[in-house]
Amino acid sequence: MMQGAAPVGESWITGLAATCGGDATALLPILHEAQERFAYIPRAVMQQIARTLSLPLAQVEAVVEFYHFFSSQPRGRYDIFFSSCVIDRLRGGDESARLLCERLRVTPGGSRADGVVSVRHTSCTGMCDQGPALLVNGHAIAGLDRERSEQMASLIERRIPLREWPRGLFRIAGNIRRSGPLLSGEIPPGAALQRALSLGRKGLLERLERSGLRGRGGAGFPTALKWRACREAPGEHYVVCNADEGEPGTFKDRELLRRHAHAVFEGMTLAAWVIGARRGFLYLRGEYRFLLQHLEQVLAERRGMGLLGERIGGGRDFGFDITIRLGAGAYICGEESALLESLQGNLPRPRNRPPYPVTHGLFGQPTVVNNVESFAAAAHIALNGDRWLTARGTEHSRGSKLLSISGDCARPGIYEFAFGTPLEEILDACGARDLLGVQMGGPSGNWITPAEFQRSLAFEDLSSAGALMVFGRERDLLEIVHGFSRFFAHESCGFCTPCRVGTGLQARLVEKLCLGRGCDRDLERLRSLGELMSATSHCGLGQSAPNPVLTTLAAEPQRYRKRLNSTAFTPDFQPLRELRSCGRRE
Amino acid sequence: MNGPTFTIDGRSVPFTEGQSIIQAAREAGIYIPHLCYHPEFRPHGSCRLCVVEAGGRSVPACSTPAVAGQQVRNRTERLDRMRRTLVELLFVEGNHFCPACPKSGNCKLQAVGYWLRMLDTPFPYLFPRRELDASHHDVLLDRDRCIFCELCVRASREVDRKNLFAIGGKGTRCRLLVNSPDGRLGSSGLSLGDRALQVCPTGALLPRKGAFHVPVGRRLYDGRSIAESDE
Ligand SMILES: Cc1cc2nc3c(=O)[nH]c(=O)nc-3n(C[C@H](O)[C@H](O)[C@H](O)COP(=O)(O)O)c2cc1C
Ligand code: SF4
Ligand code: SF4
Repeated sequence: MMQGAAPVGESWITGLAATCGGDATALLPILHEAQERFAYIPRAVMQQIARTLSLPLAQVEAVVEFYHFFSSQPRGRYDIFFSSCVIDRLRGGDESARLLCERLRVTPGGSRADGVVSVRHTSCTGMCDQGPALLVNGHAIAGLDRERSEQMASLIERRIPLREWPRGLFRIAGNIRRSGPLLSGEIPPGAALQRALSLGRKGLLERLERSGLRGRGGAGFPTALKWRACREAPGEHYVVCNADEGEPGTFKDRELLRRHAHAVFEGMTLAAWVIGARRGFLYLRGEYRFLLQHLEQVLAERRGMGLLGERIGGGRDFGFDITIRLGAGAYICGEESALLESLQGNLPRPRNRPPYPVTHGLFGQPTVVNNVESFAAAAHIALNGDRWLTARGTEHSRGSKLLSISGDCARPGIYEFAFGTPLEEILDACGARDLLGVQMGGPSGNWITPAEFQRSLAFEDLSSAGALMVFGRERDLLEIVHGFSRFFAHESCGFCTPCRVGTGLQARLVEKLCLGRGCDRDLERLRSLGELMSATSHCGLGQSAPNPVLTTLAAEPQRYRKRLNSTAFTPDFQPLRELRSCGRRE
Repeated sequence: MNGPTFTIDGRSVPFTEGQSIIQAAREAGIYIPHLCYHPEFRPHGSCRLCVVEAGGRSVPACSTPAVAGQQVRNRTERLDRMRRTLVELLFVEGNHFCPACPKSGNCKLQAVGYWLRMLDTPFPYLFPRRELDASHHDVLLDRDRCIFCELCVRASREVDRKNLFAIGGKGTRCRLLVNSPDGRLGSSGLSLGDRALQVCPTGALLPRKGAFHVPVGRRLYDGRSIAESDE
């Protein structure tokens, strides 16, 4: 790391741009490099980058301002981000943040005057099974207890460079608690591809179709249908793997990528072969930077085995390779069209649809975007036949699903369950008892009360892209909802009115309730705001942002009532809050 | 009638293949409220005011293609209520002091507020702190009044061919960026004749001289509502 070096000479920019293809897709990697070199991205450097990539300066500036992990103002040499995920906070995140800040004499949200450390919060870092967690200069540290906090403080005060910190500090546990066909199955590299080559493209698509595989990233769109539509669209085709895994409480792709990277890449290669793509991207969330080296190594292995590159499988007509792009902290980048914009070096804002990515995706060309788990499952189906999937599950939800279970349970971690499994059974398996309720699918999902625990895991019943957050009876429902509403206010991309303003107002109103200052009218305002956001928002983020409020308000109105002020009207103006913000510059 | 038609609130509306609901509606003389839409530019879809009901869902009329035979609902109580709330959100999000704003009477945000009978809002004002840019000789950029419709961004890029604006930031921290070396309007090359300046629906981008040449009472929306005078 060459932190503090003066922003002179732009040869590293041109060099990096050249290795990245020289176009706007190089923007993210170059910004990562700049942030690492200078601990921020000086305007002079933005100008150099804009010149090199022939982009408007304001576009570079806009992109820098958008992502949590880029900064246009100097940050500390040790730049710390605490996870503000509700689950990390249940596990004592606030306390460990306070302790570390105290030891380092820095206030959260600020930088120390000597420029050595800066501290702020970011959304869930994907370590809910082993939180509280933080990132230091982009590297994850989990299980942050008193001892680890002391250790970090001491390393920082002694100015020990990050690369000399004890490796153990960065260890991330796997926490795989229950395996099924996906987690215990092994695909010898190239085996699924070889089987597919013998089936032919049509044969593979039919097999995938018979299996009934539905996308694992949330919406549950049939994968075969997506590949087929993309294959039929004219143009230069692309394959993109969505490894943004930004939904708080979700961390199953983390372990799939760590243990089954070959299967994921093989699934991507199959898609490429079916649709006729020569280039693929894996978009990895910035928080998972610790996986980068391993993934690059697996890609290198595959190139060595002739499973990537020109003439894959010895065939004449099939060449394909995969590039990994690292995100920089923005939940919206998990939304597929925002992800594509991010890859292209644009502001990651969801596109207007139609057209959809299958016909107009990356660079406006036909693109298959699938979740990590979907690609891995496709590889297994190619190798083992559709029975591999159809042997389990329900009529509309075939196979098994990975769940990331976190919160108040004895054994948080990753569980593979067949679709159709009752929630009771799942909660039993992870050792969850005496519950207030669970949040299925993370903040954008729904609140499920114990009365509904006999419902089961399925697209047509309790659907989840992977998160299952468990809350014990002693927890404060409103505080949980407050955490979720702050998450959305923090992550709204700001494109459309209902979400940009609505998420901010929603978080304020819930805060007011939490402080015991709410009145009847506030519940009414929350309901109408929620209705507006879900009906008129441009993308899934704003449409689902009111879910935690609306579903808890419907299921547990008495918990809200109990907290209301007895007067009919209470002002929104909060003197203490305003006083606090007086001294603060935005 | 030959070509395809659909209905808006029961009225038959002809359209040509590929037209959006709002385009067809305009040609038929039906007003659908909007702020970020402008017939000269590609639809943007950010203000959400043009929300209509089609196919059982709420969709933006600016970026939803018209479909033959479809029944679209535009003026329902629910839709107008949602639109009114959207305008309220735009008002509470910025700092809009209409009586002191030179754009008053010519402002689309204000005019659509009147049209939707917005009188007050139940939501708290957010009073953001936004930077004023007075560095340009002829034009003032008052970010307090910006609603992020990106009409200036599109006009500067597509008509003026100068590419002077962009939206930066995120969420309620969004702000209009000026594409110049120091990020200020004065060094940007913006001139009074730029389309970007003319299409700004609010008083965010404002010519400095001549603010009161047309007296209050004789301005664009003083006599006629926005539905009657919209281009
Ligand atoms: C706000 C938002 C965030 C999303 N985040 C993710 C994500 O982190 N990972 C993912 O695979 N899909 C995510 N999705 C869904 C994707 O848009 C897309 O549907 C999915 O990647 C398609 O893959 P699949 O068909 O394999 O599920 C998100 C959607 C929204 C609206
Ligand atoms: S709903 Fe929210 S995240 Fe989605 S486009 Fe609108 S502002 Fe952006
Ligand atoms: S300055 Fe005007 S035209 Fe530009 S985004 Fe703001 S309100 Fe729209």
